[in-house]
Amino acid sequence: MHSYEFTLLLFPVALAAGFLGSLTGLGGGVVLTPVLTLLFGVDLRYAIGATLVSVIATSSGAASAYVREGYSNVRIGMFLEVATTAGAILGASLATHISTSVLAVIFGAVLLHSAWLSSHKPPQDAMSDRKDPLAQRLRLDGTYPGPKGEIHYRVQNVRTGFGVMLGAGMLSGLLGIGSGALKVIAMDRAMRIPFKVSTTTSNFMIGVTAAASAGVYLNRGYIDPLLAMPVMLGVLAGSLAGARVLTRASSRMLRIVFAVAVAFLAIQMIVAGFRGTV
Amino acid sequence: MTDERMDRMIGVLLRAGVLIAAGTTLAGGIWHYVQHGAAVPNFSVFHGEPAELRNLGGVFSGIAAGRSEDLIQLGLLMLIATPIARVALSVFAFAAERDRTYVVITLIVLAVLLASLSGFHL
Repeated sequence: MHSYEFTLLLFPVALAAGFLGSLTGLGGGVVLTPVLTLLFGVDLRYAIGATLVSVIATSSGAASAYVREGYSNVRIGMFLEVATTAGAILGASLATHISTSVLAVIFGAVLLHSAWLSSHKPPQDAMSDRKDPLAQRLRLDGTYPGPKGEIHYRVQNVRTGFGVMLGAGMLSGLLGIGSGALKVIAMDRAMRIPFKVSTTTSNFMIGVTAAASAGVYLNRGYIDPLLAMPVMLGVLAGSLAGARVLTRASSRMLRIVFAVAVAFLAIQMIVAGFRGTV
Repeated sequence: MTDERMDRMIGVLLRAGVLIAAGTTLAGGIWHYVQHGAAVPNFSVFHGEPAELRNLGGVFSGIAAGRSEDLIQLGLLMLIATPIARVALSVFAFAAERDRTYVVITLIVLAVLLASLSGFHL
């Protein structure tokens, strides 16, 4: 598509993806890669490069608000970023050796899983008072503002969490996504960190993880300015708008509708991968 | 320095970084529109970006030569640099708290990021 309509169409599509992505907590970037490849016929590698840049923008934009509200835990984030950045370089390096068809199938599977997760209610916090010596040494335990004052939490299973984060980083590097869902699973399920702290800390970490992969993709020539510009600006504007209405309207119906749409894209992606048309 | 103050500084840095990067990207986009209109190349076949668009030096000489794509790319590079600057700031913040463990942890993250940006891959 060597035309005019391209940029003009791309911006509103990215805007909508950013808006819905932030409203539903799925993230705008993850939807864009399949939209770019399936609808706009963009090569998967260019799509991944443009999406990755958008992921950095939304993560950094949103994190600036969360950090101030006192939900995200800077120490947990920094410690786990050792795992996610190392994993990201590994994943991004791997991506340059894997065929785009295989990447598309993996992408579809991950997307399907995120859609399934986002349509379900977040699990109840299962906090435990057990002390993990490693968490003590690294001073990972913390507090967050609850309805009735500060709530204290103890971090568990630090080693398991670190291992899962290595995987989350690899997936993020491989597919150019934030892989927020897997990060939240590592913190919330394995490390027993309260859901609110897990999601905000995950968001805080996504930008750093994505920057690690972006270095590899930049040096491989995956990041095209003319594609990334409308995509990034659209997703950023959309997600900032989404974050504004998030506190007011957090409709369960919307989450389900969006999850179904994402699942549909995921299946298309897998089919395209098997057919070799990506 | 307290944790709260560090959190505030990180918040300001992230917001400023994203705003400046997005503004630069937008300026490059408008400049490109003025130069070439809304026509863009075909992205359905992967060629890989020219070497000029893969590093900071190339981008600067491209801007000096009047190529608007390079100004857009500069904005994108600033965006990639924002989380890296956040990590660098955290090194100083943890040092000011005399938290040696976290100075080391943060330096490791910073080293990985800089290695990636300078072309290291596996």
